[in-house]
Amino acid sequence: MLRRDTLKYLASGSIVLVSGLLKPLTALARWNDAAFSAVDFDEAITAYFPGKEIKESEQITIGVHAIVENGAVVPIKVKTDLPNIESITIFVDKNPNPLIANFDLFPGCVGFISTRIKIQQASNIIVTVKSNGKIFSTHTFIEVHEGGCG
Amino acid sequence: MASTIRLKTRTNDGVTTVRAIIRHPMETGFRIDSETSELVPAHYINEVIVKHNGNVVMSCDWSRAVSKNPYLSFMFKGADTGDKLELTWHDNKNNTDSIETLIE
Repeated sequence: MLRRDTLKYLASGSIVLVSGLLKPLTALARWNDAAFSAVDFDEAITAYFPGKEIKESEQITIGVHAIVENGAVVPIKVKTDLPNIESITIFVDKNPNPLIANFDLFPGCVGFISTRIKIQQASNIIVTVKSNGKIFSTHTFIEVHEGGCG
Repeated sequence: MASTIRLKTRTNDGVTTVRAIIRHPMETGFRIDSETSELVPAHYINEVIVKHNGNVVMSCDWSRAVSKNPYLSFMFKGADTGDKLELTWHDNKNNTDSIETLIE
């Protein structure tokens, strides 16, 4: 009986181990389905940072053109000199799903990220930075001539 | 098959700049195919992980609103020339690709 239990234990343990090996990415990044599926900006940011107070900060800059021709490819740079940065997150309030992208920065990273995003219509871009466990944000408004979510 | 990832680095004064371009359609699920008049199903990268000598240095959670053929750049300290840098992406259809390069 003892032997059988041991075998069962070992068998279940190895299943856990194998499934763990198959999903290393999912386990690490913890994709937040509720926040990514939200269709409203307030809903998205609340789902992403539940129970967190978000403070405006002048130590974050969003590098983006104020008027863009093609909303399908909008280059965006975020810089921040806030200390001990854990993540940078980009929201676009009028997009079908306002949560665009999150970047987790590990120790050693500089407060900088650059990427290209889609923007459907004139919107506020809201960027949050997690620094010393607190959430800071800034925003900028951009005009879009041709929407990019088609 | 050729890699879907182009990964480049440059180190100046102890700060390594990483630049990556990934070949991927990043379909939102909202686009209508002009030939079939049907919606093209959503197909997009949702996770990207970058490791320096095996340790995660940056990881991304993405929505469908990152542009087609995603571009990504970030900077970190503490890497030496010749260190390993590995980038892996994973999409909503369980496709994945990975590339390793040596830091310059």
